Amino acid sequence: MLENYLPIIVFIFLGIAFGVGLTLVGYLLGPSKPDEEKNSQFECGFPAFEDSRMHFNVRYYLVAILFILFDLEVAFFIPWAVVQSKLGWFGFIGMSVFLLLLVVGFIFEWKKGALEWE
Amino acid sequence: MMDYQFNTADLFFALPELFMIAAIALILLLDLFVSERFQNLTYYLTQSTLAITGYFAFNLIGESAVIFDGTYVLDTIGSYFKVFMMVFSIVALVYSRHYLRAHNLLKGEYFILSLLSVLGMMVMVSAHSMLTIYLGLEIMSLSLYTLIAIARDRAVAVEAALKYFVLGAIASGLLLYGMSMIYGITGSLDIGQIAAFATGANLNSEQVLILNFGLVFLVIGIAFKFGAVPFHMWVPDVYQGAPTSVTMFLSTVPKFAATAMLVRLLIDGLGGLQAYWADLFIILAILSIGLGSLVALMQTNIKRLLAYSTISHIGFILLGFITGVVEGYGAATFYVLAYVLMSLTAFGIIIALNKQGFEADQIVDFRGLSKHSPWFALLMLFVMLSMAGVPPFIGFYSKLFILQQVVSAGYIYLAVAAVVFAVISAYYYLQIIKTMYFDDAEKEITVTAPLDMRIILSINGALILVLGLMPSYWMELAISLF
Amino acid sequence: MENTYLTIVLAPLIGAIIVGLAGHRLGRTLSHSIAILGVTVSTVLALYVFNHHVLQGAEVFNENIYTWMQVGGLNMSVGFLVDNLTSVMLLVVSFISLMVHIYTIGYMQEDEGYTKFFSYISLFTFAMFMLVISNNFMQLFFGWEAVGLVSYLLIGFWHHKESAVEASLKAFLVNRVGDFGFLLGIAVLLMFFGTMDYVEVFTLANQVNGQTIFGDISVITVICLLLFIGAMGKSAQVPLHVWLPGSMEGPTPISALIHAATMVTAGIFMVSRMSPIFELSDVALTVVMVVGAITAIFMGLLGIVQNDIKRVVAYSTLSQLGYMTVALGVSAYSVAIFHLMTHAFFKALLFLAAGSVIVALHHEQDIRKMGALRKKMPITYITALIGTLALIGFPGFAGFYSKDMIIEAVHFSNLPFADWVYYAVVFGVFITAFYSLRMFFIVFHGESRLDQHAEEHVHEPALSITVPLIVLAIPSVIIGYLTIEPMLFTGWLDNSIYIDASVHGSVAALKEHFHSAFGLLQHSIVTVPFWMMVGGSLAAWVFSLYRTDWAKKIQERFHRTNYVLESLYGFDRLNDIVFANGSRKLGEFLWRISDMTIIDQFVVNGSARLMRFMGSVIRPVQTGYLYHYAFFMIIGLMLVLTWVLVVGENPLIQLGS
Repeated sequence: MLENYLPIIVFIFLGIAFGVGLTLVGYLLGPSKPDEEKNSQFECGFPAFEDSRMHFNVRYYLVAILFILFDLEVAFFIPWAVVQSKLGWFGFIGMSVFLLLLVVGFIFEWKKGALEWE
Repeated sequence: MMDYQFNTADLFFALPELFMIAAIALILLLDLFVSERFQNLTYYLTQSTLAITGYFAFNLIGESAVIFDGTYVLDTIGSYFKVFMMVFSIVALVYSRHYLRAHNLLKGEYFILSLLSVLGMMVMVSAHSMLTIYLGLEIMSLSLYTLIAIARDRAVAVEAALKYFVLGAIASGLLLYGMSMIYGITGSLDIGQIAAFATGANLNSEQVLILNFGLVFLVIGIAFKFGAVPFHMWVPDVYQGAPTSVTMFLSTVPKFAATAMLVRLLIDGLGGLQAYWADLFIILAILSIGLGSLVALMQTNIKRLLAYSTISHIGFILLGFITGVVEGYGAATFYVLAYVLMSLTAFGIIIALNKQGFEADQIVDFRGLSKHSPWFALLMLFVMLSMAGVPPFIGFYSKLFILQQVVSAGYIYLAVAAVVFAVISAYYYLQIIKTMYFDDAEKEITVTAPLDMRIILSINGALILVLGLMPSYWMELAISLF
Repeated sequence: MENTYLTIVLAPLIGAIIVGLAGHRLGRTLSHSIAILGVTVSTVLALYVFNHHVLQGAEVFNENIYTWMQVGGLNMSVGFLVDNLTSVMLLVVSFISLMVHIYTIGYMQEDEGYTKFFSYISLFTFAMFMLVISNNFMQLFFGWEAVGLVSYLLIGFWHHKESAVEASLKAFLVNRVGDFGFLLGIAVLLMFFGTMDYVEVFTLANQVNGQTIFGDISVITVICLLLFIGAMGKSAQVPLHVWLPGSMEGPTPISALIHAATMVTAGIFMVSRMSPIFELSDVALTVVMVVGAITAIFMGLLGIVQNDIKRVVAYSTLSQLGYMTVALGVSAYSVAIFHLMTHAFFKALLFLAAGSVIVALHHEQDIRKMGALRKKMPITYITALIGTLALIGFPGFAGFYSKDMIIEAVHFSNLPFADWVYYAVVFGVFITAFYSLRMFFIVFHGESRLDQHAEEHVHEPALSITVPLIVLAIPSVIIGYLTIEPMLFTGWLDNSIYIDASVHGSVAALKEHFHSAFGLLQHSIVTVPFWMMVGGSLAAWVFSLYRTDWAKKIQERFHRTNYVLESLYGFDRLNDIVFANGSRKLGEFLWRISDMTIIDQFVVNGSARLMRFMGSVIRPVQTGYLYHYAFFMIIGLMLVLTWVLVVGENPLIQLGS
């Protein structure tokens, strides 16, 4: 029974080896000219080190939420795509309706200005 | 697993819901693109949508079918509930418009969200699978959370929305957990198959244990939606914090959906475990009636007072379900109907007293109403007497029918307790009457409600008396639904 | 026909509602037109119904119009039972009511509450219709209370007068006693019969007959006596009569309509309607008869010493109600209804005539300040004369036939005490003649005792007052002659009234001795009642016109008797001392014990304390903090889960096993 898990163990080891190996290669072979900008950690749009209770732009959240919404809904296409060949026209039309509603939602957010940064 | 064959005729049975979702999409787009000058358009389209949907549902009364691979059911109780929901939604929106105008909240989203929540309720009402129930519940709840927060510059409203949202999420989680338990033991999400399993003769004690374990969570989910003690904590805060028109909507139409959820899950699905869940309902009911009656005595905000009054009414509704007989279920349904009528009128009158920028939500705002607006004071008198259970108003009969059933089911102590608390609660209803009729107004009360609202409100209030005089038709109808 | 009956009942109600709600906007003329129109519609249709049922002999109509509610096996409905008895009552009530409506135009002309008054009397007419047309006890009780309510409202109509307020309070309280008995009677009846429908009760009566309650007391007797207590309250029989003289504080039109012609006869009507039950209990019938006789004679005596014109008529009403009650007691129900009808006409006439005098003298009611009005008010004089002759039973007039029949019926009765009652009612004729004519002579004949100013201004009032007088005078003369035979002997009321002829043979005996109305008239001159009447009339003439000083002398000579009469046998004082004071004392006692100690201290303050306690328990929970709420939900979940799994009625986990 345990032998069923062998491929997983192999994958884990392979993964670790690959990751460590590539890092090592880069460290050993790459040129190394550090400066201040390069050493600072990257974070999207914020200064990296600051008080955590700072003010930042609420638009990030709006965009993030919209992104997650559409992301999740699009994720719904994956299982559908797998069995689409068995569902036939029913599946196609059903998904079209779903997509249509999604588009309505998209038009709404667009028109409401949720996508405008200013 | 069998392959699912889609049947085009199924669409016909889901016509009300399909029409509504199409209409919602259309209204949403129209509201975006028409200019400010036609801002009433959304309102009228919404009302028409509700009316047409109601008409479709009405035409489907008498049909029955299980469709969409057993996930959806059309039956008499569902159709009637849909018709009731449409009618009461229309009335609620008529009242709402005055409130929204007075507080600069008149936006298209309000109506679209209302429609969406009604759609969710319809899905709940017609659900025949636990997944469908959950789907409907979430469509409804999410729309309601947003509706409460629509007054986003009001801190109390946002606070109320957040509380409702978080607690609602917890309740949903508990409900889902219960559903997964039930699914785990029965192996099906289909209500019919669950029922077949739960009524099966040779359940061993472990199966019963797990079923019951799941049952408790389902009951809690339902109790939360109803706002029964001890899952009522959101009710007073949300009732008080939400814009009054949302409070009105929240306290009326979703009660049908909650009743339907109860019927689908506990009667249609776990009817075999009636003895077990009735046991739970006894606790919930008596706690609700007691707490609702006692705590309301101390309130000064009329919305908060009505919140506690609602909790106590919910207790009565749950009492009807403990009897385990068709007449008891009918009495509970009749009570829901009566309660929704009374609640709509009460909130309607509160809204009617709202003026530009003025929120009439304190009991003292009703001082001297009888002198400035004797007609509305009289309607409020009707509501209060009816809620207190004074004959010949509808509230009296709804209580009477429930108590009759409770007594004939052998729970005399419950009936006695319920009556005692009903008498206690009469005090605060009479307090409001006293305020309206015997106290002097501190300031001028002017009612600026538009004509359509006045007319509907008058009919609404008069029905409390008229249906009280001839309750038998509705009572028989309510019984015939089960 | 159902719609016809409904229209009869509802027309006055609609009138009352319109006038009551919008009277001040409609103005006087329109208001009274609407009210009168409503009653006119009822009257015309009542005539039609009378023709349909009584003259054409149509089928009895007995149906439930509307089911109010069904509680267990008990059906509470609004239903109509229209037979000949109902038809007669409908006609009498609507006709008198119409006359009084018209009369009111003139009488209340100067009153501020003009439209309100019209609304009330129309409402009363509706309530009275509901009472007489009912087919079940619940509706009967509704009508019973509704007429009572309007009666109190109208007695206290002039609420700025303290005496009027007191009188209405008195009427209210005394009627509560009667109504309590009545309600108890209905309750006992419901307990044993299980239904409130008249016809069902009557068919079950024989089954219930043998049953007993409280040991060995017959159920039927208890029911009858309790119902009769109700009748005593409403129809003002001793000792529950004290409210009726006080009710004269109300405006005269309602004294005529409510306190003479219709409402006070509700008790008589009710007992007649219940004849199938009353027939089963000789005990109850004897009580009815004796109470009636006592009322008839002792209330008549009081009429002699009264000096208020309306009070004289009021005591005469009491006395006549006593006569009707006597007739009920001897199972002569049809005779009682017959007297009820004739009395309604002539007593309404007398009241309205008295009202006419009062209006002419600007609300002077003391007969010692009247006199010699004959010339100045000829129409009032003649109609009053007709009314008086009818009242004293002058041969040929309406009252003659009905009263004579009552006396004869008593004569033929074989109940215990019937012979004593016979002497009483015969002597009652003397008294009736005496007080009626005394008042009549003092008011219309003799010397004028009016003051100078009044003397000059006295004249016949407006047409709206005199026309009803004339219209009512006609039946006061002829109605007895016309209807005695069909009503008593040829079966008008046979389908409504049941007499167990084998036991109570007085009506059968009456029938045997009766030949024709005219024969009765011819024969009257040799009967004792006739000579009693003549004697009473002579006495009245002597004391009020011929030798006015004799009255004073007799009063001084028999000052004790006079004192007893003037203090109204001390009923009021008794009530004051025993009941009013007693209940006040009792109330004070209870107030101390139950209100102060139990309710205030324990219930009110106690529940306030409980509230505070509840508040202190709940408030910390209802904090407003979200995490508290969530925590509370989880605790709730735990408790519920524990309950189901461990504690509840079907615990799933056995602890300790």
